[in-house]
Amino acid sequence: MKSIAGLAASNGIAIAKALRIEDTALPIEKKAVTNTDKEIKRFESAIFAAEDELKEIKKQTQLKLGSDTSAIFTAHLLVLKDPEFIGPIKEKIGRGLNAEFALQETTNRFIAMFDALDNEYIRARTADIRDVAKRVLTHLVGLTLPDLSLISEEVIVIANDLSPSETALLNLDFVKGFVTNRGSRTSHTAILARTLEIPAVIGTNTATSTIENGQVVIVDGIEGRVYVNPSEEIISAYRAKSADLEANKVEMTKYLNKPTVTLDGHRVELAANIGTPEDVKGAIENGSEGIGLYRTEFLYMGRDSFPSEEEQYEAYKSVLDCMKNRPTVIRTLDCGGDKELPYFKLPDEMNPYLGLRAIRLSLEMQDMFRTQLRALLRASVHGNLKIMFPMIATLDEFRKAKAILIQEKEQLISKGIAVSESIEIGMMVEVPSAAVIADHFAKEADFLSIGTNDLIQYTLAADRMNERVSYLYQPYHPAILRLVKNVIDAAHQQGKWVGMCGQMAEDDIAIPILLALGLDEFSMSASSILKARSRISQLSKSKWEGHLSHIMSLSTAEEVEHFMKEIIGKRN
Amino acid sequence: MIERSYKITSVEGLHARPAATLVAAVTPFTSEVKLEYQERQVNMKSIMGLMSLGISKDSTIKIIADGSDEEDLMAVVDALMKTEGLATG
Repeated sequence: MKSIAGLAASNGIAIAKALRIEDTALPIEKKAVTNTDKEIKRFESAIFAAEDELKEIKKQTQLKLGSDTSAIFTAHLLVLKDPEFIGPIKEKIGRGLNAEFALQETTNRFIAMFDALDNEYIRARTADIRDVAKRVLTHLVGLTLPDLSLISEEVIVIANDLSPSETALLNLDFVKGFVTNRGSRTSHTAILARTLEIPAVIGTNTATSTIENGQVVIVDGIEGRVYVNPSEEIISAYRAKSADLEANKVEMTKYLNKPTVTLDGHRVELAANIGTPEDVKGAIENGSEGIGLYRTEFLYMGRDSFPSEEEQYEAYKSVLDCMKNRPTVIRTLDCGGDKELPYFKLPDEMNPYLGLRAIRLSLEMQDMFRTQLRALLRASVHGNLKIMFPMIATLDEFRKAKAILIQEKEQLISKGIAVSESIEIGMMVEVPSAAVIADHFAKEADFLSIGTNDLIQYTLAADRMNERVSYLYQPYHPAILRLVKNVIDAAHQQGKWVGMCGQMAEDDIAIPILLALGLDEFSMSASSILKARSRISQLSKSKWEGHLSHIMSLSTAEEVEHFMKEIIGKRN
Repeated sequence: MIERSYKITSVEGLHARPAATLVAAVTPFTSEVKLEYQERQVNMKSIMGLMSLGISKDSTIKIIADGSDEEDLMAVVDALMKTEGLATG
């Protein structure tokens, strides 16, 4: 089994065989034409043909998805009539250039112009220009594009990129989801996928080089993960998850907008893990009381260069604005490991998970780090911001990162730029060394957030993507429970709060243990929040505290699981 | 030649849909029409020209129409700005 990461473009889970859509190479040669009038006529008829097609696509989209969505193609039609686009092309043809080349040159000029703008939304529109230009080009060269509406068995579409028009035409009876190499969350392709409610992961960089035709693929549009040739175990886990999603939708709405309180009146916070500002909406709709983890790496992925300070500021501000003073924990860049940036090639490492990643990379590339911190600090006045550093292993790392943050803050203030006075500065506890000396960290950090996925893989020394050692991914391992207890106790001694942002925080068996240990904040995917709230509201913290010393005395994960199931079973 | 200034009130600025609405509205007129923003002028009949300005909420823009039907054109733009909630004059 292989797993690849990308942007979670559209929620949901899909399991089916892969169907690869190959890019049709359109040959474009530069040629001199002598009969320019004839060439202009040829260009005009290609425009007419493209217009007819687009009108039909617009009509279909309007029937299927309504006029809000079909407006995308109204804009495409306007491009075909755009005097600043068509004019220069005709001019070039008039000077003796062939239509294909004139079209390509002018298209590239606009794409370069849009790409240069410091506005992600406008940059995402280059995909629209490409889509329109490609349509005209196919008519010029007399080729037909693969018709995705003809797909007639259940598949997951794998492509380098899908254009908005290709996405709109997907036959949803058979296309269960899609995965692409390119794309951004604000592209029309991603927006269409959400409107179509079709699970999609985009911007993976590697989908077409990793996935073969006919392989079974799981698209996890919630976490932004794709599993290729998954084991039976993972398939059945995902089938269950998918069924759960459906079944719980209705039942859970009664837990919306309610605080999270146990039977005996103990209150905890349920927060959401998000990847992009667009996810905030889903987090709020699912009753999240805060953001426990905003993974900023997605701002850096699926693009050609580092995001500017301004662009990051806009993203952070928009999250803080939408959260309206609810606690919002934003984690600084955590890349390296399995998350690569195409424009910034890190040297290959023998053990990427143990290599130059997360805070280690930020401390080495300080310009990049400082840009991110400035954007965060400037955004801090818009809400209740808490900044968190990933992968801290030593006190020295935390102190260095914090010192840089404070330097940037003072510089901004000296320039008269407003910065919130109450930003909490915390850290992830995901490296065992940090968990063991949590008492030292708790004196200097404002909060600790336990990242269980990495903590488990590092503590049991087992790559969580390697199926043959997957049995070692043991959240209930006594070593993990002791580390978690140590972190919570140490933080509480210093009057600090502790969160958890990892799979374990939403695990049915782990939740009662975490409650008894005193965990303050549980952060999880938005879709799990209502289920967790319903679960917690049926538990008594004091009862589980009574079981705690026995649970902590057990010597294997199996014993813990067995004991927990027994007690949970009895209660029901 | 006539000109009018507007302050953009639409939350999505003059991106995508509002831009498309304006372009479609002015295209049938014979007058030339330009939109000026931060000292850059573009042909307002060009969707890509308009988009390339990246006009966001609270920006101030100027529209300049020149030709035989300039008055009618400006009346249509003005009505659209107001009915669609795009800008205040």
